[in-house]
Amino acid sequence: MITALLILLPLVLAALMLFAKPDIAKRLAVGFSLAEVGLFVFATHFFTHHAKNMTQLNVSWLPFGANFNVGLDGISYVLVLLTVILVPFILLTVRSLNYNSRFYALVFIMQAALIGVFVARDGFLFYIFWELALIPIYFICLAYGDKNRRIVTLKFFIYTTAGSLLMLVGLLYVYFSTPGEHSFDIQSLYAAGHELSSKEQTFVFWMIFSAFAIKMPIFPFHTWQPDTYVSAPTQGTMLLSGIMLKMGTYGMIRWLIPMVPQGYLVSENIVLALCVISVVYASCLALVQTDFKRLIAYSSIAHVGLIAAGLTSFNLEGITGGVVQMFAHGISVVGLFYIAQIIQQRTQTRTIGAFGGLRTVTPHLAVLFLIILLGSVALPLTNGFVGEFLLITGIFQVNPWLAGVAGLTVILGAVYMLRSYQTMMLGNANLSTTPVYDLDQNETLVLIACAFMILFFGIFPSLLTNIITPDVAELMKSFQEGLIH
Amino acid sequence: MTQYVWLIPFLPLLSWAIIGVFNRKLSTTVTTWLACGSVLISFFIALDIFFEKVRNPVSETVHLFNWIRVGDFVASFDCKIDPLTSIFLIIITGVGFLIHEYSSGYMHDDEGYRRFFAYLNLFVFFMLVLVLADNFLTMFIGWEGVGLCSYLLISFWYKNIDYAAAAKKAFIMNRIGDLGLILGIILVYSVTGSIRYDEVFNPETLLKFTTTTATAATLLFFIGAMGKSAQIPLFTWLPDAMAGPTPVSALIHAATMVTAGIYLVARSSSLFALAPFTNDFILWIGLLTSLISAIIAIYQNDIKKVLAYSTVSQLGLMFAALGVGAYSAAVFHVATHAFFKALLFLGAGSVIHGLGGEQDIRNMGGVKKLMPTTYFTFLIGTIAIAGIPPFAGFFSKDQILGSLMEHKGVGVYAIGFVISVMTCFYMFRLFFLVFSGSFRGTHDQEHHAHESPLNMTMPLIILALFSMIAGFVGVPHFIGDSLHLPNFLNHFLESAVGVTEESKFPNREEFLAGVLTVVLLAVTFIARAIFMNTKSVPSADSAMSGFPKLVYNKFYFDEIYNALITKPLNSISAFTNKFIENRIIDGFVDDIKIVTTRFSSSLRLVQQGKVDGYFFGMVAFIILIFLLKIL
Repeated sequence: MITALLILLPLVLAALMLFAKPDIAKRLAVGFSLAEVGLFVFATHFFTHHAKNMTQLNVSWLPFGANFNVGLDGISYVLVLLTVILVPFILLTVRSLNYNSRFYALVFIMQAALIGVFVARDGFLFYIFWELALIPIYFICLAYGDKNRRIVTLKFFIYTTAGSLLMLVGLLYVYFSTPGEHSFDIQSLYAAGHELSSKEQTFVFWMIFSAFAIKMPIFPFHTWQPDTYVSAPTQGTMLLSGIMLKMGTYGMIRWLIPMVPQGYLVSENIVLALCVISVVYASCLALVQTDFKRLIAYSSIAHVGLIAAGLTSFNLEGITGGVVQMFAHGISVVGLFYIAQIIQQRTQTRTIGAFGGLRTVTPHLAVLFLIILLGSVALPLTNGFVGEFLLITGIFQVNPWLAGVAGLTVILGAVYMLRSYQTMMLGNANLSTTPVYDLDQNETLVLIACAFMILFFGIFPSLLTNIITPDVAELMKSFQEGLIH
Repeated sequence: MTQYVWLIPFLPLLSWAIIGVFNRKLSTTVTTWLACGSVLISFFIALDIFFEKVRNPVSETVHLFNWIRVGDFVASFDCKIDPLTSIFLIIITGVGFLIHEYSSGYMHDDEGYRRFFAYLNLFVFFMLVLVLADNFLTMFIGWEGVGLCSYLLISFWYKNIDYAAAAKKAFIMNRIGDLGLILGIILVYSVTGSIRYDEVFNPETLLKFTTTTATAATLLFFIGAMGKSAQIPLFTWLPDAMAGPTPVSALIHAATMVTAGIYLVARSSSLFALAPFTNDFILWIGLLTSLISAIIAIYQNDIKKVLAYSTVSQLGLMFAALGVGAYSAAVFHVATHAFFKALLFLGAGSVIHGLGGEQDIRNMGGVKKLMPTTYFTFLIGTIAIAGIPPFAGFFSKDQILGSLMEHKGVGVYAIGFVISVMTCFYMFRLFFLVFSGSFRGTHDQEHHAHESPLNMTMPLIILALFSMIAGFVGVPHFIGDSLHLPNFLNHFLESAVGVTEESKFPNREEFLAGVLTVVLLAVTFIARAIFMNTKSVPSADSAMSGFPKLVYNKFYFDEIYNALITKPLNSISAFTNKFIENRIIDGFVDDIKIVTTRFSSSLRLVQQGKVDGYFFGMVAFIILIFLLKIL
């Protein structure tokens, strides 16, 4: 029940936002998003202290075996936590007064849909939320993006819709294999998926995987991503990279690998190879980017490639690392994109090399930027390290050589991140626009929060892993049962 | 006292946090007291623990809390205290304190005074974590943490873009090594199912290693060690790291951080014992690095660069000792080297400070009269590193050379011999060029030259004292037996580093040590003759040619790396970006897009509505369905 409320509240808030006056819209929206945080704290109480079944809800919904079936387990919990925590910060980063109340309404619809994706335990419901999430982000990018927004957003829309349709085909294939009266229930779909022949499973695997691969994105399905991330308004980019891409990675472990284990085994090496190519390919491209926002976009592909590779290894370390890293990446990428916005706002450019020595005038930005950057390059005691280490451990157990190649991100990440930090922040001040001022209160608050979470979950990752691992074991059990068939 | 061991890293961390948070609100005096005081208290605790270990050399573990725990994989913040750790603890906190104290004078007028001490404290914290950890992953926290502090301190004067570049280079070269180390740790985990030292190095667990996996794991570890301890091919960052303030060079790039690689190998000695190939590899890399950097050091004219190459060379010698299984000899040299190399760097800093920032030894000379304390202590450091008895360097170097002789015969010993001779030569070259003769700098410099204040000379005097006497903890048999002095260090480390090597040829060792001493004294007089009596000064950069120029430019290692790695990587990436990414993949997608756009624009003619409105209608409808069904 409480889980359904977590989805419903943002929708109601979205409706309320439409009536808000523009001058108070931002403050109201932040307040609303905190109400969702409050509800989540309440849900956490249920989740940890009472039986977990208080967070489950399963009511019949549509006549063809689609139920409104939602539930929280450890994996969902961490991703919902990410969604709930990030939204207030994303809203705080809004600078322009042009963002009318409809913008905030779209963000709340987006939040509802994302939470829906992470808690749905019914194939049809999952698909509905999956599609619903696309709509608000489409409008955010289209209405508030830069001058290339039309063509870029169209590309993004077509890409993801194409993926979604393929996924629908895959889901329906399994659905129609369920015995008796067809059902979209996750357990029925698992059971039906396990019964499929190896060939059918491979077919379903690739149908569904293509949707996830586009969403993350994985090489070579990624070319919508850098363009969209650059064109979209900062908040849109944060929603896309901070939370939305986790729909794809999450989908892999919830809706793909345990459902068609044979198909996964057949395709494992190819998928793993694609993911590792993503890591190295995107890292190399990040090396030569001159637009800082685009650089972060490519680094995001590299990070997600590693997450997907770890999830594909489908062992305890790989999956746990993947979930931890989804959380970590969400925080650091929001921080980085915010820094890109701050720098652009101060210097009127995002081109690396167009200015330098920012640190001399913005010491606070320099420190917080460095901490977030270190989280992104996975220094120990930042949350990025825990995930990255577990992911590489997971991949290593499947293929040590690929783990070595994927590990190149350790080096390349440091190269492109430190190179841009050095060029923009260090050296003598070389700024065309003066005066440049340091962080304001709002910016300090958001960046300190990011830095704090990066360190906190880097020092106490067990707070997350203790929640995640039991349910990972559960997933692996379904997977093993499927293989026995 | 061992249960309070966590205080040792915690106090510097606390001091870092206080200085970092309050920053400008703290006066310089308070900052100095906090930063130096925390390390000093840690030193006293470490000293207490050291003596406890001397009385009872067993390994103890103090559990703090679990860091990462996923299934069987457990990495916790536990402190392991054994003889090996306790030696490193007193080196880090002891030498660390002296360098903090020295910095309070050296950095006195710098606007980043508080930031400097915050970084220095943070470094000490991470270094202590590195040696206190009871498992590989927690050790890795310290391992990368010290790399971060090294980055921050090399680029301390961040307005100079060259310094920032040097810092980046150091971090990246270290990261190359770190990838090796992290893969090594994962390999150890996948073979043994644990990353705790006590479990991995348990004789029964070690049986799980085949020669192949042991060789692979140790090679990966050694790649990590190469990065951190600046061995070929990952050594070019260390000379560049001299961009940092001189106390940093003394603490991080001479006494402590760069010896982390030695610590790692010594700590994992029982694993390395299973991999003969790796040991030979380490021996030869160590010797090669040591030889090449000794040659380069002879031709350098920057006082800090000479010392930097000397550090690389001495580290190479330590690795050579590790390669033949002489673990305690290597650790012994780490300890003595920490004293005399810190002394030499601080002495160099004192000279640079006194001469208003001058680093080129061609513009020095006659500093003896201007700075007598610095002169005298620097002389002691020079004698110690040269390996002339009875100062510290003699004993540790003798043990290393003796073990090379014992295990690999005359050929390998000869290489070590040559390296020692070169060490003696370049150090006395440096010494005479700086301190003897008459001053070659500007009149202005000479006029302003002054001896450093007491808070800088005091650490010099203390370090000089230890450079003289520290060697007596490891007296070789041929001297110790007649004087009834046991080799304390070897016995002390016996339980911690598995195989402890003692030379089995006392007669020959005695003879060789005698020959070496005579040769070293001869070299000293040759250096004196060249650089003091004839007053010859190295030629200017432009006048160099042939072999000296090749060596002066460090055999063009940087240029070769640039041509072989950096440039190809950048051009391949640029090509990929232009051609594969934008033409092939995106071009293909764009073709599809054009078709689709045409198709959809014709669709739009049919619909005539705003997509906007449709979507909002859809959302409203979905909400309605929910409401109807849930409530």
